[in-house]
Amino acid sequence: MYEKNGEKYFIVDSHMHFWDASPANWVAGHENYAKGWIECFHAYQSLGPPETHWSLEHFQKYSEQDLMKDVFDDGYVDVAVFQPTYLKEWYSEGFNTTERNGALSENHPGKFIVNTRFDPRDGDAGLKDLERNVHRWGSTGVKLYTAEWKDGSRGWTLKDPEAYRYLARAQELGIKNVHVHKGPTIWPLDKDAFDVSDVDHAATDFPELNFIVEHVGLPRIEDFCFMATQEPNVYAGLSVVIGGLMHARPKFFAKVMGELLFWVGEDKMTFGSDYGIWEPKWQIEGFVDWDYPGDEFSDYPRVTTATKKKILGLNAAKLYDIPVPEELRLPAEAGAPAAKDDAQLVEDGAQV
Amino acid sequence: MAGVGAEVGAVLAALGTVRDPELDEPVTTLGFVSSCAVSPDGVAHVRLRLPTYFCAPNFAFLMVADAHDAVTAVDGVSGADVVLEDHFASDAINAGVAARAGFVASFDGQAAAELDDLRADFVRKAVMAGSDRVCRPLLAAGRTPDDLAVLTLGDAPASPDRERLRERRAELGLPSGLGDPLLVDPTTGEAVGVQALPLHLRRARITRVGAEANSSMCRGMLRERYPTRGQGQTEEHS
Repeated sequence: MYEKNGEKYFIVDSHMHFWDASPANWVAGHENYAKGWIECFHAYQSLGPPETHWSLEHFQKYSEQDLMKDVFDDGYVDVAVFQPTYLKEWYSEGFNTTERNGALSENHPGKFIVNTRFDPRDGDAGLKDLERNVHRWGSTGVKLYTAEWKDGSRGWTLKDPEAYRYLARAQELGIKNVHVHKGPTIWPLDKDAFDVSDVDHAATDFPELNFIVEHVGLPRIEDFCFMATQEPNVYAGLSVVIGGLMHARPKFFAKVMGELLFWVGEDKMTFGSDYGIWEPKWQIEGFVDWDYPGDEFSDYPRVTTATKKKILGLNAAKLYDIPVPEELRLPAEAGAPAAKDDAQLVEDGAQV
Repeated sequence: MAGVGAEVGAVLAALGTVRDPELDEPVTTLGFVSSCAVSPDGVAHVRLRLPTYFCAPNFAFLMVADAHDAVTAVDGVSGADVVLEDHFASDAINAGVAARAGFVASFDGQAAAELDDLRADFVRKAVMAGSDRVCRPLLAAGRTPDDLAVLTLGDAPASPDRERLRERRAELGLPSGLGDPLLVDPTTGEAVGVQALPLHLRRARITRVGAEANSSMCRGMLRERYPTRGQGQTEEHS
């Protein structure tokens, strides 16, 4: 919980990690990738305020104590959602697996939601793994990397029949939230790996699932926004948006937020710190203080305290059925967090 | 340098015509040219760099290939040695470009198509972003969206932004003459009608915001990675 000027904010960090990218975990022969990956992440951290930067060594592997202090003691977070990233081709034990996250979560009941993952190219065995992970860790969400390279495959899309089989099974198992990474490409795909049209198809065909597009499709935010306006179950995951732009590029941050508020709306945007890339503390403090810097943004939707409460926690709490204490909820007139019927903009226009 | 072979300045100017397809900005001003020299035998030696080790290899390939072509075409250049440094796919890209092998052959088994469609997609985005750059000042000066629907390119005041927009439209084979409509659909080339215009302008604006925010983040990452200034690098304008 974060409190400022008498207002109390319930905080859900809906996108964060507990990784091990230390040299001891690098796969022999693939050290360049393992090293390049974590150094690339570390460079992203440089876009945050200087006093929040870590040494590369600390960044490669932080401890459970570090995480608990940064995210909960100092970082105001009430509930955090672990999003796994495997990368086992480069990291022997994986970069940030369901098991690694899950083991930490068991030491701190009530603090974490442990999401798992799947890759439709894993066939029947992958479905069993998914089932095992859901049962073992109580996962209600998955994180998907459609651009991941595997055994000569150039990635996959949510439109693939195999992906539909996995989505159907995930839904049967009780998965509600599908976080899709639409961000930096790492493999030589000949198509645009930021393409979000596959989310469009899956969101239409699986209306009971929520699709949270992490990093809002940056750098294809326009494609994401056009799609999101037409799909009531598509959400904007703000990981990287706040961390990467709010401090380093305040003017662009204001424009990107203005566009998201216009196209997607405040009921469908969720905060994620992307910890350990950035600590949540400065992001939450800065966002609560934030407003458009000047008149040139006057044709974007206004930002209110209710807007910030929804984005920082109430929307994600709704998606994950996280109980919110009475005093941290919104009055009814502020609108329903994570309301699915908010996105009517283009749809209405297009039907005229 | 004078007298023999090409001037470095001419090579650099040629590199200034090579754009990052995704950001629609020259590789020079973005800071991607770490060095540029011409040896006595007339070979142009160019070193390129990118903001991260994992920048999308398809775009990286296009930039290296375009740089190779642009440099080779400079008067007095006898050969081009263009090398992308510090990238996970440097070897494949450099070898493929040097052999003029194309993207598919350079990434054996990992790519199924050449990059022409991808490039065209991004030129269309550049047309949308460019439309915002040209139209926003008109709207600020009191023109209404209804006005814009009947204006031609020649009705917009001459400016670098207008010329850039015309160039991008010409690249796609879209109408780009001064007598052609100011706003056209970037796929069909049809004039945008009054009814569709407000949404078209909104789309143009967000496309520009996306590209400029992306460019800004790339510049930040590049600065973190390389303290040295690139050849022809400029600060971003906002």
